[in-house]
Amino acid sequence: MNETWIVIVAVGTMTIALKAVGPVLLGGKPLPEHLTGIVGLLAPALLAALVVTQVLGGDEEIVLDARLVGLAAAVVALLLRAPLLVVVIAAAASTAVVRLFT
Amino acid sequence: MTPGRYRDGARRVAPIGIAAFAFGASYGVLAQTSGFGSVEAIVMSATTFAGSAQFAAASILGAAGGVVSAIVAATLLNARYAPISVSMAPVFTGGVVRRLLESQLIVDESWAVSRRADGAFDRRLLVGAGLVLYPCWITGTAVGAIAGDALADPASLGLDAAFPALFLALLVPQVRSRQALAAAVLGGAIALVLLPITPAGVPIVAASAACLIGWRKP
Repeated sequence: MNETWIVIVAVGTMTIALKAVGPVLLGGKPLPEHLTGIVGLLAPALLAALVVTQVLGGDEEIVLDARLVGLAAAVVALLLRAPLLVVVIAAAASTAVVRLFT
Repeated sequence: MTPGRYRDGARRVAPIGIAAFAFGASYGVLAQTSGFGSVEAIVMSATTFAGSAQFAAASILGAAGGVVSAIVAATLLNARYAPISVSMAPVFTGGVVRRLLESQLIVDESWAVSRRADGAFDRRLLVGAGLVLYPCWITGTAVGAIAGDALADPASLGLDAAFPALFLALLVPQVRSRQALAAAVLGGAIALVLLPITPAGVPIVAASAACLIGWRKP
């Protein structure tokens, strides 16, 4: 087996296991009472981290670029109570326009 | 609250499906230049189905960085799926095979759109969204791996900014309570501090620790 296939099999197996661990081992049962408070806060914590890393992430560095303009456009669209589709398109289009002219 | 419908999940994630296709194509191009055959690129998209880990693994192999570093980097990037998977566990019902298969549709975007307004996760929204994203990602990969760099760079279309916009739009309705807002601020701050000093993936999985502020004594 060459290097590529070793990586594909190893990463694939690991990812399948990571995604399945909750549903397969704990599926269909309510989580223990004292964990529900924690799990409920996982979404806001992780979503905020995803916003930060996807807007500012580089190769182990913080990169300020046109993605920030896209995020600003998304914020404006959200303040105007625009639907999700409009928020996403506003972010992509404004980022594309900035890149076109810079 | 009434359960979500598959098509609602599909509809909510549809704009991101376009971006997933475009990034699937750029992954296909990267995989090809990193020495992957098209079958290898497509098999990886079909089994791993997690963009950032695939990009990292392919670029490390392409730069002759070695098998171990490629696997370690991809593992760090996907470590966040452990807490995500546990948080969604209660909504998966049915036999173990069904739970295993449906859990493979968990990616950041399908997970994010599967939260209902009442804060509960919804299996149908997740599956509907995942069934849009999965074929977009795989067909994108196939197009990229076969057509090569004749394709436009998705960044020139601003598509890399679509993902944080989606996550922000889904975050806003969730920070109604003071505690949720605190978790979001703390999670964002942890990610920001770790971003320049840790390998990719670590800032996100470390940020999930912010949810521990919700700990109550058993």
